[in-house]
Amino acid sequence: MAMTQEEILSGLGEIIDEVAGVPADQVTPDKSFVDDLDIDSLSMVEIAVAAQDKFGVEIPDDQLKNLKTVQDVIDYVRGAGVSA
Amino acid sequence: MLVIGAEKLSQWVDWTDRSTCIIFADGAGAAVVGPSDGDTGPGIGPVVWGSDGTMADKIFIKDRNSFIIQEGQAVFRWATTALHPVAKKACERAGIDPTELAAFVPHQANLRIIEAIARRLGAPQARVADDIVHAGNTSSASIPLALSRMIERGEIGSGDAVLLLGFGAGISYAAQVIKVP
Repeated sequence: MAMTQEEILSGLGEIIDEVAGVPADQVTPDKSFVDDLDIDSLSMVEIAVAAQDKFGVEIPDDQLKNLKTVQDVIDYVRGAGVSA
Repeated sequence: MLVIGAEKLSQWVDWTDRSTCIIFADGAGAAVVGPSDGDTGPGIGPVVWGSDGTMADKIFIKDRNSFIIQEGQAVFRWATTALHPVAKKACERAGIDPTELAAFVPHQANLRIIEAIARRLGAPQARVADDIVHAGNTSSASIPLALSRMIERGEIGSGDAVLLLGFGAGISYAAQVIKVP
């Protein structure tokens, strides 16, 4: 069951709000975690763990450095879903 | 009975490794433990404990002449996922709900770990120890130091239920609820 861009974006918004206190409506695909949302590497780990629970997609620590924007995470989640 | 946690971590710290040298510190704490009257007075609840050997290489000191090595990100990921169920189980075994806790005193490993576990505990009313800000990470001394400071400041009072959660190299862990004398 493939999730849509919007579904993942919405789910990510909830996670980022909970982990980093960034309001979900500020979480748009183009935003960079570090530069725009002020989210550091430890928060990225928490986001990855929460995304794992929510979307059923494993995001190991060594992948995190490649996930620079919100869209990168959406693509990762959708990509993992397709190949499974 | 006197229970003491004393550490001189500075002896094993690599001062060029900023992932460890800014965190680990020296300290000591102690408590006198004795018999308690009945079920309603001060007490020490059942312990929930264990260890995860897959994390053995994530925090270690090879031998007495080596430095403390830690993979911070891996430890963070493990601590923020594996420990809140342990904490909740300790509450369950003590017969209390997390919402009845006056305070949560975890090992003062790292403020971000403390905050992440606290967020998942289901105890928004509990005061969370943050003594790492003053004392650093003093390993086995961190919980008694944090507890002591909270008591001195009046943040914990007689009769309060307090959840203790320790964890460290192994990675080994243990949690229990105490009722403050």
